[in-house]
Amino acid sequence: MSIFVDENTRVCVQGMTGRDGAFHTRSMVEYGTKVVAGVTPGKGGQEMDGIPVFNTPKEAVDATGANASILFVPAKFAAGAVIEAAEAGVKVVVCVSEGIPTLEVSKIYQRLGELGTRMIGPNCPGIISPGKCKLGIMPGRIHEQGGIGVVSRSGTLTYEVVDQLGRHGFGQSTVIGIGGDPIIGTSFIDALDAYEKDPETEAVILIGEIGGTDEEQAADFIKANMSKPVVSFIAGRTAPPGKRMGHAGAIIAGGKGTAQEKMDAMAAAGVPVADRPSELPGLIRAALGR
Amino acid sequence: MKIHEYQAKEILMRHGVPIPRFEIVTTPADARKAAEDIGRMVVVKAQVHVGGRGKAGGVKLAKTADEAEAHASNILGMDIKGLTVEKIMISDAVDIDREYYIGMIVDRQTKKPVYMVSEAGGIDIEQVANETPEKIHKLAINPVKGLSAADASTLAAKIESRPEVAAKVAEFITKLYDGFIGSDASLAEINPLVVTPDGEVWAVDAKMNIDDNALYRHPDIAEMRDPAGETDEVRKAREMGLSYVKLDGNVGCLVNGAGLAMTTMDVIQHYGGAPANFLDIGGSSSPDKVVTALEIITSDPNVRSILINIFGGITRCDDVARGLVQALEQTSIEIPIVVRLTGTNEDEARKILAKHQFVSATTMDEAVEKAVELAKQPA
Repeated sequence: MSIFVDENTRVCVQGMTGRDGAFHTRSMVEYGTKVVAGVTPGKGGQEMDGIPVFNTPKEAVDATGANASILFVPAKFAAGAVIEAAEAGVKVVVCVSEGIPTLEVSKIYQRLGELGTRMIGPNCPGIISPGKCKLGIMPGRIHEQGGIGVVSRSGTLTYEVVDQLGRHGFGQSTVIGIGGDPIIGTSFIDALDAYEKDPETEAVILIGEIGGTDEEQAADFIKANMSKPVVSFIAGRTAPPGKRMGHAGAIIAGGKGTAQEKMDAMAAAGVPVADRPSELPGLIRAALGR
Repeated sequence: MKIHEYQAKEILMRHGVPIPRFEIVTTPADARKAAEDIGRMVVVKAQVHVGGRGKAGGVKLAKTADEAEAHASNILGMDIKGLTVEKIMISDAVDIDREYYIGMIVDRQTKKPVYMVSEAGGIDIEQVANETPEKIHKLAINPVKGLSAADASTLAAKIESRPEVAAKVAEFITKLYDGFIGSDASLAEINPLVVTPDGEVWAVDAKMNIDDNALYRHPDIAEMRDPAGETDEVRKAREMGLSYVKLDGNVGCLVNGAGLAMTTMDVIQHYGGAPANFLDIGGSSSPDKVVTALEIITSDPNVRSILINIFGGITRCDDVARGLVQALEQTSIEIPIVVRLTGTNEDEARKILAKHQFVSATTMDEAVEKAVELAKQPA
């Protein structure tokens, strides 16, 4: 088991024939992901590396039974492409694009709720269930199959943590980068809830950062609903207020969204908070009593 | 992106939001002329990107054109929280019977635009939120359906009981919603919304922030960016697609990814150092980006060591290495550089860097310890 994607995930890549799309499609295929279709308007009927290309997600889903999609399209076209994929019936859409207007994301979120499609992102590296399916842009080789769930608002920081886990012999059930935007399709709570129900996941690492109150809500959820151990790291203790730290959502606004508030909330929920990422494997070991 | 009050008012006027007549001037003589044009009591308002302009003496009432000129000469050039006042607004000072607060944000929690209205206008809304939160009424709007006439009436009825005036407030709320959505705002605040003794409603102040991600579809608003609020380094970084925030420490940082960049700063502090900056070179990093990033970092005289922390995913370590070598060949950087490159194409990167003088490290902790140590050594 794993969460949201596994060996039965059949992937459609929107924007497959573009530079980034082609590069990451090959990397996903090489990892073992079942990429069954590509979508590039106007290139329907062609093939790339033997993968059929369609004009629309609807055609791709009808012909191949794709049940998940990942987009490599510019931010200004991403909203339309996500909704097309959801309307075609895929259950999971990964939106890597950075720079989608927040009001557009708000609209996508409403529409996808009606259609019952999960969006991961935007502005995220995607999701990987090691050994089964890589639906994203993360380096596959650092991941090992195992029992740790990782959910994070960051990209490269997640790779850093996964790399450390691997060096200490901890494989992962599923690793999700939920994205650095103010509004995102999949929240910490969605992922935690799924990890709690997933028999393969033994413990969870939550990687938060400044901005918003998602970590505080996650802490409340953990306290009320999680039987599995959760450990955390919160980035941005040295971030000054009022400045956007790279991610659109990483900003301390009106004195709210500080790392300290989030760390306090985690501690109050009984979640150990690492001082540095390199402490996380030790916290996991202690939490699992190994 | 923050915009000035007068810019927010210009945007909202286009959507029919009632704004008292105003002019923007840069000299006391023009302030006098504007006050004469308006021909009644005016308010002179500093146009700077900070809150609390009134308390700082940047907002004054003037009964005559003489007074407007005198206030203008005091306010122009005034320093408000580190910003120099270069423009002032001369606005018709409408008569005040009641003052309300109307605000809108894109709310992270409900993932929707949220309206906030309060009968306690004209004072700091944070104070109202802390002391009398029951006086703030909120309504989340479904952005697909938009604001309905019923929503607008419901909100208006929360703050205004007289039906004729409430109808005008509801109309105001509808137009402000159009202005908010139409300009991709992330925040809009009208504080106060003034009701005059004869029942007219006016947006006497206006504050708006615009979603940076949406500026591509509002070129007119993108041009409103005030260069006074931005240093050369920040502008250079923005134009190159780098995220840069200057801090007070002496360890310069060059990192890929926002989360890893923040974490690098935190780990520097953990080892007893202080970061000089936040700098995220982003995903697909060309050598040019690395060159520009190093120029920005080394322009800060406080920097005593530079820490390069790259976890290659989309970012290729060899690209970063090429940029580093290029930067060193173009400029003479005397400051010690600690390099930690891991991930995509790291072996190639190591070969490129082998001929040059760098302190190399394998893990983030090791790299940070070395950079902090080097920053402590006398120059």
